[in-house]
Amino acid sequence: MALSTRSKINICLLVLLALVPTITTLVDDSFYTGVFSRVLILAIAAISLNLLIGFGGLVSFGQAAFMGVGAYVVGIGSFHMLEDGIDWMGNGYIQLAGSVIISVVLCLIIGTISLRTRGMYFIMITIAFSQMLYFTAVGVDIYGGDDGLSIYERSDMLGLIDLNDEDSFYYLCFISLLFVLWFFHKINHSRFGQVISGSKSNEERMLAIGFSPFKYRLAAFVISGVFAGYSGFLMANLNDFVSPDMMHWTRSCELIVMIVLGGVAGLFGPLYGALAFLLLEELLSSIPLNIAGLRVGEYWQLIFGPLLIVLVLCARNGIDGLLPGAKHDK
Amino acid sequence: MNWLLLLEQVLNGFQLGMLLFLLAAGLTLVFGIMDFVNLAHGSLYMMGAFFCATFSEWTNSFLFGALLTIPATFILGVVVEMVALRRLYSRNHLDQVLATFGLILFFNELVRLIWGPVGLDIALPDFLNSSVEIIPGVPYPTYRLAIIVLGLAVALLLYWIISKTRLGMLIRAGASNREMMGALGINVQLLFTLVFGLGATLAGIAGLMAGPILSVEIGMGRSIIILTFVVIVIGGIGSIKGAFIAAILVGIIDTVGRSFLPDILKLMVSSDAASTAAPAISSMLIYFMMALVLAIRPQGLFPPKGVA
Amino acid sequence: MFKKLALASVIALATSSVFAGEPIKIGFVTTLSTGAGVIGQDMRDGAELALDQLDRKMGGSDVTIIYEDDGFKPEIGKQKTDKLVKKDKVDFVSGYIWSHVLMASYKKVVDNDVFLIGSNAGPSTIAGKRCHENFFSTSWQNDQNAMAMGEVLNQRGIKRLYIMAPNYAAGKNMVAGVKRTFKGEVVGQDMTKFPAQLDFSAELAKVRAAKPDALWVFYPGKHGVQFLKQYSQSKLAKDVPLYNIFTIDNLSLPRVGEWAEGSLMTQFWAPNLDTPANKRFVDGFKEKYDRYPSFYAAQSYDSMMLIDSAVRKVDGDISDKDAVRAALTEADFESVRGKINYGNNHFPIQDFYLTKVIKDSDGVYTTEIVNKVLSNHQDPYASKCKI
Repeated sequence: MALSTRSKINICLLVLLALVPTITTLVDDSFYTGVFSRVLILAIAAISLNLLIGFGGLVSFGQAAFMGVGAYVVGIGSFHMLEDGIDWMGNGYIQLAGSVIISVVLCLIIGTISLRTRGMYFIMITIAFSQMLYFTAVGVDIYGGDDGLSIYERSDMLGLIDLNDEDSFYYLCFISLLFVLWFFHKINHSRFGQVISGSKSNEERMLAIGFSPFKYRLAAFVISGVFAGYSGFLMANLNDFVSPDMMHWTRSCELIVMIVLGGVAGLFGPLYGALAFLLLEELLSSIPLNIAGLRVGEYWQLIFGPLLIVLVLCARNGIDGLLPGAKHDK
Repeated sequence: MNWLLLLEQVLNGFQLGMLLFLLAAGLTLVFGIMDFVNLAHGSLYMMGAFFCATFSEWTNSFLFGALLTIPATFILGVVVEMVALRRLYSRNHLDQVLATFGLILFFNELVRLIWGPVGLDIALPDFLNSSVEIIPGVPYPTYRLAIIVLGLAVALLLYWIISKTRLGMLIRAGASNREMMGALGINVQLLFTLVFGLGATLAGIAGLMAGPILSVEIGMGRSIIILTFVVIVIGGIGSIKGAFIAAILVGIIDTVGRSFLPDILKLMVSSDAASTAAPAISSMLIYFMMALVLAIRPQGLFPPKGVA
Repeated sequence: MFKKLALASVIALATSSVFAGEPIKIGFVTTLSTGAGVIGQDMRDGAELALDQLDRKMGGSDVTIIYEDDGFKPEIGKQKTDKLVKKDKVDFVSGYIWSHVLMASYKKVVDNDVFLIGSNAGPSTIAGKRCHENFFSTSWQNDQNAMAMGEVLNQRGIKRLYIMAPNYAAGKNMVAGVKRTFKGEVVGQDMTKFPAQLDFSAELAKVRAAKPDALWVFYPGKHGVQFLKQYSQSKLAKDVPLYNIFTIDNLSLPRVGEWAEGSLMTQFWAPNLDTPANKRFVDGFKEKYDRYPSFYAAQSYDSMMLIDSAVRKVDGDISDKDAVRAALTEADFESVRGKINYGNNHFPIQDFYLTKVIKDSDGVYTTEIVNKVLSNHQDPYASKCKI
């Protein structure tokens, strides 16, 4: 099976990512392992969101809120384990299970109401629910409210992986990414995926064939939300901290920016987007130039902002669209 | 039930509503006529506040500063539209989100570069810095009354423009049926630029009004922009009348809710829990309202004619 | 857990300077942007003054200091702290204006066996349950000032009090502190949303309706400026006198002076506190920056001096963490407040004074000590600390 150029590039990227801990140890800058862990976690959230956005044409601003839910499960679990001695609440597997169950329930409720709307209204209603979750987190005083909740003990994976070890944690994120890529690749090529993308381009036709787009969309909404919750679980452990700010609609906006930046149409698009987003920040802020006594790097967003605009205008399909053999979105 | 307190809070809510209306009016037109998701509307609000702070300092007068800010934000809006945004009308919402997100970053950093990271103060002239006893025993800050009066004046002006002028007719037509406009041979491009400029001006006025009571600082649009979205959705995308009524509703519910919810909650839970949970819950009230409206009447309370 | 500590110690030993002569690296996390940036700037000025007076050397070694901006957000403060500890590999971290930022960043520093010198925030958790031997404060514990204020209110015959404070860790501590010592009735309490809420019209209306004997508030930084502006616009002053903590300070006085003259507050320090170190500090500050320092600057100045005293005590060899810790605990230096005497939780046991806003002989607004309110006061959380 001959690999296209684009597949070769994608594989190279994955290999490089697999080697991150080795490289950072070699250059004695283990700080960057944490940076890349963050990239991978955001990529997971973005790839799963893309099921809705790229594939289904549903621009949901709720992803960060679902991430926050998963993160708070970890935070709350760790809190009670330490404060009240309830050991099982610090168990990573139980936290994961809790995160999945809560995500499913929330997504079913929110999805059922939101998916009745389309376009601009769908955007708005997802923002509304996302803010409601945000304010719930703010209002629950015992878990820190606006100050956030420090996590003093990471999830206990019962010896399988030590989340406190930076390299092990990175590999967990990496393997998770591989799984997510494989999973969504399978979905996109399955009949389920075809109904979703079919509904995006022509809803009446789908109904005529006998599919109920609503049910499929709801399922996609739930799947996307569950993976968001998982990425939240990882993020909470990475940060040792959760706060309502993680759930703010502007965070969802950043995820959407990553998707569009990387390319909405491709599977790897959001990964490129997440990489570009975070690496551009690092790169731009360390430009050693000085104009009129001001360090250019300190005002990196002055370049980054317009750069995004230029990319939107010129690279219509994102970074992924610049690669050879790209699929094009209309 | 303390009626004087309730009255004062309703007035406060009305004042917040006026600020929201100024912001929402411009944004709802952009959403409705151009189908354009402008996340950077809050940045225009911020620029209005900063312009006013600077102009007021230069001219040593808040009033002159405010007057100069109005054309300044209009020009800013027109420039932004022509340089960056006009090519995006035909693109999907995602691209618009990305581009306006980039604008937000750019403006935040631009402000930091020009005015520094710390933020500014706008000093009010003495006659605005006092209070007026609208009802014996209730001195109400004059400035807040000024906001209410100005908001109503702008509302009347907009009403006149929309219903009595040709521009207004074009705007109403555009809100109801965009494609038809182009087919009728109207210079849609010029119209869009004007509408965007108008929206920017309104946002700038909101910013300059809010500056003296809130803080003129980087990112000041972040939280008020989301309330603006709520107002627009509840009122009906593309409808100025809807924006007006929804803005007052949202302003009053938020303020009165913030004021009385703790007492209502105290009847149910402990005092400390009530005082800390109340602001969060009252913030949620507005989103409940929006979700409810979207679920039952998704086109909003007062959608423009012709919108289903 | 033990394995983590062992690993951390090995890393610390491997990366820390073994010879005197290796520069001492200090990280300083504060707020340099947003409206609260003036506080961060003041703290930076205080720290810089100290380092200048030390000729930028401690115990013979050069000192490098890296300032990081937390943007007033816990996540950013935490990320910057991580960077300082892991990437820049600093020996000491100092600063932290806000309790919630400190709470989020704290663990990463002390667990990695790096010393955290708190220059402002003093949340009850760090004084009590989650105290750590690697943490040292050159400020105070959040409740203490408020407790002194409670005493003042009692002494002045206030029976019915209305309270307004922001809803975050420090706000809650302050309120708890006042309630600990205040013997009268709290007729109303509003915890406002922080930092988002800058419009206090709704709450001030409620104060007017409740008709208390006094209003007590805690609104640090720019919130204080906005609050005072709105308070004066509301004309409540004639009926409801204002008592405050950390709402008016030497930073905001240039803007709010006329609304604040005669206001009463409690503090551990004022520019006219009569100690040799304080004279050196205030005179040096006025000469370098042409303005009065605030207590934020005073605390930051002390942080640098504390670190210096410890480095000198170990002759520049900071690789022996236990020795450094012991030296820090001794706090053998002249602080602006006299001598720092650490309790078991490494918070100072110190005096608190009633201070007042006055106009000095040059017509500049500043604060001045009226009388001592509490002597050798220890925070109420020390007993919860297991050190």
